[in-house]
Amino acid sequence: MSVSHDVSPLIRPRSWILTRFGREVNWGDFVFHRLTALLAALLIAALAAMAAAMVHGSAESLSKFGFGFITSRIWDPVRDVYGALPFIYGTIASSILALCFAVPISLGVAIFLSELAPAWLRGPVGFLVELLAAVPSVVYGLWGIFVLAPWLRETVEPLLARTLGFLPFFQGQQRGFGMLAGGIILAIMITPTISSVSREVLRAVPSALREGALGLGATPWEAVRVAVLPYARSGLVGATILGLGRALGETMAITMVIGNRSEMSASLFAPSYTMASVIANEFSEATGSLYLSALAEVGLLLFVVTVLLNIVARLLVWRVGRLPEGGRL
Amino acid sequence: MFARRTLLAGLLLALVACKGNESPAPGPAAADTAPAAKKDESISLTGAGATFPYPLYSKWISEYNKQNPNVKINYQSIGSGGGIRQITANTVDFGATDAPMKEDEAKQAPGKLFHIPATIGAVVVAYNVPEVTGALRLAPEVLVGIYAGKIKRWNDPKIKADNADAKLPAKDIAVIYRTDGSGTTAVFTDYLGKVSPEWKEKVGVGKVVNWPTGLGAKGNEGVTGQVKTTPYTIGYIERAYASQNKLPMAELKNKAGKFVAPSIEAMSAAADAVEMPEELFVSLSDAEGEAVYPITSYSYLLVYENAKDPIKGEALAKYVWWGLHEGQKFSKDLDYAPIPAKVLAKVEARLKELRSGDKKLLSGA
Amino acid sequence: MMLSPYTRRKFTDVVVRSACVLAAVIALIPLISVLYYVTLRGIGGINIAFFTELPKPVGESGGGMANALVGTLKLVFLACAFGIPPGVLAGVYLAEFGHSRFGKSVRFSADVMSGVPSITVGIFVYSLVVLQTKHFSALAGGIALAVLMLPTVTRTTEELLRLIPESLREAALGLGLPQWRVTLRVMLRTAAPGIATGVMLAVARVAGETAPLLFTAFSNPFWSSGLNEPTASLPVSIYNYAVSPYEEWHRQAWAAALLLLLLVLLLNVTARLLVRSRVGAP
Repeated sequence: MSVSHDVSPLIRPRSWILTRFGREVNWGDFVFHRLTALLAALLIAALAAMAAAMVHGSAESLSKFGFGFITSRIWDPVRDVYGALPFIYGTIASSILALCFAVPISLGVAIFLSELAPAWLRGPVGFLVELLAAVPSVVYGLWGIFVLAPWLRETVEPLLARTLGFLPFFQGQQRGFGMLAGGIILAIMITPTISSVSREVLRAVPSALREGALGLGATPWEAVRVAVLPYARSGLVGATILGLGRALGETMAITMVIGNRSEMSASLFAPSYTMASVIANEFSEATGSLYLSALAEVGLLLFVVTVLLNIVARLLVWRVGRLPEGGRL
Repeated sequence: MFARRTLLAGLLLALVACKGNESPAPGPAAADTAPAAKKDESISLTGAGATFPYPLYSKWISEYNKQNPNVKINYQSIGSGGGIRQITANTVDFGATDAPMKEDEAKQAPGKLFHIPATIGAVVVAYNVPEVTGALRLAPEVLVGIYAGKIKRWNDPKIKADNADAKLPAKDIAVIYRTDGSGTTAVFTDYLGKVSPEWKEKVGVGKVVNWPTGLGAKGNEGVTGQVKTTPYTIGYIERAYASQNKLPMAELKNKAGKFVAPSIEAMSAAADAVEMPEELFVSLSDAEGEAVYPITSYSYLLVYENAKDPIKGEALAKYVWWGLHEGQKFSKDLDYAPIPAKVLAKVEARLKELRSGDKKLLSGA
Repeated sequence: MMLSPYTRRKFTDVVVRSACVLAAVIALIPLISVLYYVTLRGIGGINIAFFTELPKPVGESGGGMANALVGTLKLVFLACAFGIPPGVLAGVYLAEFGHSRFGKSVRFSADVMSGVPSITVGIFVYSLVVLQTKHFSALAGGIALAVLMLPTVTRTTEELLRLIPESLREAALGLGLPQWRVTLRVMLRTAAPGIATGVMLAVARVAGETAPLLFTAFSNPFWSSGLNEPTASLPVSIYNYAVSPYEEWHRQAWAAALLLLLLVLLLNVTARLLVRSRVGAP
């Protein structure tokens, strides 16, 4: 609805300032349009400023290490040699692992809440799931150290090693702290985001589609699968991307349980290190311009990864196609 | 709308908070500080830096505020590096650091910064081996070997050699180090570097190093948490964390060949053994002496020689003076050692050099 | 085993439905565990002193987090003041006029910004505000939190405005209202409960953030007056106390965590109460 209609020339006086525009636009609309556009531009400006600040900050490191920063595994502040490959691996691996856990659960919750749950249950359960988002990151971290990691070390990891130990994912020393703990905590933290947005998307699907399927004799699940999910697919992908964004940027909680060792190992029991964690861990103590510059470059890399993922999401949505009157993003 | 009302309530609360300047009942004025004309308005000082002395400094701040209710000091532990950066950028009035500033860092500051040794602490080696009841004795080569990944099991003959009557189990040693940049790591690696030239060359000394083996935990509390909850771990932490959490601390063999536990006396012995140079910062690790605990270190305050604001400068100078005299009596209860008298004399001379413009900030006393 | 197609379909239906229920249960287990654990460790520390006294150094009994509580409220209020109006209006722009390339870039920026780690935002606001004013302040903290809230509020507003059926807009326009009036008085008002939910969720997240506050609002053992002084806040105090060696500080940290959870729970309940009628698809 981007065309302004001045539908009431008889009621409202015309304004000279706006006849310049060739169409009769009310001054209120003019101000409204410009003001909101200005504030929307604020978002772009803020992002551009942050990006500029990061590039400026990493200038020294960019010029010294160049492309090698992304491929080198050595992060040694004593010798002033930096390479971010283990962190890139850790960030992407932990985020993908988190998605593997969170997406099925979140979708299940979203379908449960929007399609399958009785009305009296929807409110409380939905509220509780959203409450997961309200727990501060620090608290998740502490819970991870005292509850999750010991449980993983005592119960889950031995079980996985016994049953699936032939896979490289489940080998190695079992400490509780490591990639698995990191992935689980991230999954818990992004579940409310993905499930809330997915639930909204599912609710926006016109009930006519659902009812049509049911009317043709589909079971409730079939109605969802055939009528609702395809229509909502782009929105669900968008929800997942939002969750992924949150997972990439999460700092406190994951730092406390992931073991923080710049190793790259296929095993889920092994410790790992993410980009956000290394910034949080080392920024306060870092002195020396190259060191700070290297940390700024890690921030810049994280930023680039986020941008790339968002582009991928948009391409996915575009390919899936915008259905009539449907779809978001 | 409810939201509007909530916002209004928040606004009211904020306004209330604006007025909230409750100061505790005024106590007797500090009698030993320099007698200068007192301004009655309230003075706020901010400081930032090392986490290690935070409990001591917060005690100092509280006690000093009781005696001088118009002086409010705000110290936050954002890390030694953070402290150095903030004092260099002049966003705080004083800094605090465990590791002294390097040459190039000092050059970046807009003025001359003094290092003022304020207190002494120790880094202890805590462990969790259920079978061992007495204190474990670790020689320097053994400690280096463990952290280098060469000594892998608790019942290694090298550990057994010093602990003949301990029941050492045949389990892997889980090594814990600090992942975040930290003065504790700097002090620990400084010691390891001194006792093992190979360590110094291969791994190095610093707030963050490339550890050959082990698992990283965040902060002293992270290492403490891991050691406490995971058996067969070993980690290095500040003394306060080990004693508060009742973790066993290893006795380390010092340069004189004696196994010494990290007691306050042993920490003071280390400080007594090392001569304090002109610049007022020095490493205390691996000091000479029979009663010395080898991983001891000073913690420093960073103060500009020339204060821009004379009122704030004077208030800060008086606070630091108080901290180095009255404040020292709080050290022992909080697991720190007081500054020895010899060093105190030198520090007093340095503090008297503090000025604002041409005026010296501490006259008399 | 000869199952009629219908039985097979019915079976799949039951299996999938149970899986969804199971998913909901699995999602709630960590929440219950976290709530239980925080309550267990924190309930001992909640008493009157906690709400009214300033923090005391270690070794002295009592002491509380009154200044941190007020500080958090102050910071949240500032964040809302700086974050909600621009966010909602930017969302309005995207919903009304956002089909151009400019609109697409704004939308993209909002999505990317929501993925920036909070520590980076903190460092950014530090260099923008703290370094220029040469001191830490509650204002800088409020700005950092507002920047964190902005993308969420904008996108939520846009999504919810888009959900409103066109018939409502057309009716309002048909009555002779100019577009700006239609949007503000009619559309926003209709979407208000949903936008409020989104805002409350953003506020809930932001109320628990530590990293951005460390370099902007700093902290303060005393009361902080006005907006230009550093201020204590619940998340920072929780962090400071939790990383200390002392058991009594740990207890206070857990108590503060419980308090923060209750505060956010209160905000969520408020949001729920506002959600009387959600605008669904036709």
